[in-house]
Amino acid sequence: MIEIRNLTKKFDQFTAIDDLSFNVKEGEVLGFLGPNGAGKSTTMKVITGFLSPTAGSVIIDGYDITKNPIEAKSLIGYLPEGAPCYGDMTTIDFLNFIAKVRGYRGDAIRERVQYVVDEVDLSSVCQQTIDTLSKGFRRRVGLAQAIMHDPKVLILDEPTDGLDPNQKHHVRKLIKSLSRDKIVVISTHILEEVTAVCTRAIIIAKGKIVADGTPSELEAQSKYHHAVSVRLTDDYDLAADLVDVPEVISVEKDSEVEHTFTILAREGKPIFSRISEIAQSKQWPVTEFHVSRGELEDVFRNVTQPAEGVQ
Amino acid sequence: MGNLGIIFKRELLAYFATPLAYIFIVIFLISNGIFTFDLGGFYLRGQADLLPFFSFHPWLYLFMVPAIAMNLWADERKTGTIELLLTLPIKLSDAVIGKYLAAWVLTGIALLLTFPIWITVNYLGDPDNGVILAAYIGSWFMAGGFLAIGSCMSACTKNSVIAFILTVSLCFLFVIMGSPILLDVFPDWVPQIVVDAFSAMGFLTHFDSIAKGVLDIRDFLFFSVFIAAWLLASAIVIEIKKAN
Repeated sequence: MIEIRNLTKKFDQFTAIDDLSFNVKEGEVLGFLGPNGAGKSTTMKVITGFLSPTAGSVIIDGYDITKNPIEAKSLIGYLPEGAPCYGDMTTIDFLNFIAKVRGYRGDAIRERVQYVVDEVDLSSVCQQTIDTLSKGFRRRVGLAQAIMHDPKVLILDEPTDGLDPNQKHHVRKLIKSLSRDKIVVISTHILEEVTAVCTRAIIIAKGKIVADGTPSELEAQSKYHHAVSVRLTDDYDLAADLVDVPEVISVEKDSEVEHTFTILAREGKPIFSRISEIAQSKQWPVTEFHVSRGELEDVFRNVTQPAEGVQ
Repeated sequence: MGNLGIIFKRELLAYFATPLAYIFIVIFLISNGIFTFDLGGFYLRGQADLLPFFSFHPWLYLFMVPAIAMNLWADERKTGTIELLLTLPIKLSDAVIGKYLAAWVLTGIALLLTFPIWITVNYLGDPDNGVILAAYIGSWFMAGGFLAIGSCMSACTKNSVIAFILTVSLCFLFVIMGSPILLDVFPDWVPQIVVDAFSAMGFLTHFDSIAKGVLDIRDFLFFSVFIAAWLLASAIVIEIKKAN
């Protein structure tokens, strides 16, 4: 379990993390979201013991990262932002080095390195120096070193940043397969990633938590939660049919796609059956009809932008 | 092998993974040859010792050692690998000392490869090999002193050129500290003890006697304490500066 208590990090006058507190339990995949400069990376740097906090504490499975750094760091696998690796080394030399630092000796080194090489599919580039690798491979080398010691806590700073869709899919699958009885914290600003891999999401802005919940809980906060999208074949004044319906708060016309409307529900309550009744009785020329679960992007903007505006 | 050893080995191999180590060694050997035989008048002196060889070492190290030291930490910070290194379960002291020792051993290897000059002097005459051995060790300790300054300067910046210039400047200061050029600058009212303390910090003060074969434990102690102090300073600077 990771326990973060009143964590604050200041750089001179600038407060990067402002009194942050939360816990992460085994089995959770926590997505750490926020606009650029919100304090995501700084928080991860403090959790992993790279930076020391100005105030507050980080406790990893009972070990305080500032008081017992070696014990705490042994439990953590960390992929720093941009996946830095020693570029002059070959992939295999680099992984051997990490295995040794992580305490493996003798044959165990070879076995363990072989295991992570297979896990992240690096066998084709083992003998290449890391500098000559593509971005995707380099990211995978970074992941390989992070999972070397089968860590209880895996902290990944933008693990899929700059990867192509296939590589992203692969990394996400890997994260999912690793997450059993582990704690995984990933930072990202790709929101689809949160729905794809995370069991919980925390959105921070200006170093403070502005939203915390499962991805579906967060989606429920969106004004598009339970909203109904309708695409018609013709021009039709659909709003006129809905003025008397109390469950509908407003109707938005899509500015890009013709004859497409989004019917927003009051307080996010389900309106699908009501709308479909109306559509049938009024004989709307419908071609597409679906319910939105809510848009994380919308929630993200809502919770982070007021904080941005305060500046 | 402890973590210090693992880091030491990685760093040392890293020097040889790029042309850096080879270039360093070749330039070091060529410069030594030029200094000793041309400028030092090795043959003209007609003496079977290596004084002309060793007496140029402070000036040779002044430029050669900072070139090795400049990337000890600056590069780690520039490429971000410092974040990887310092979130591994190792002590900061293991990282600082391991990296330092690797660089120091590299200068030691370069120094050992000057052995043909030792063979030459033994072939030509009958030198005191004890003196030569002491001078070799003294020279290596002095290189260690330069390197320790370089480690700290490299920790101060992400830019290795700046680290190089800072190191050369500081090393130059320490080289000439004991020499009359600098001591004459002190006005008369400065107490003698301050001037003495200042001069005692000079590399030349300590190295000149070692090069002549005066094996004084205090000179080695000076370099050892000097190295330890600058490595401690490196660790403190890294701790403070790693955030930016």
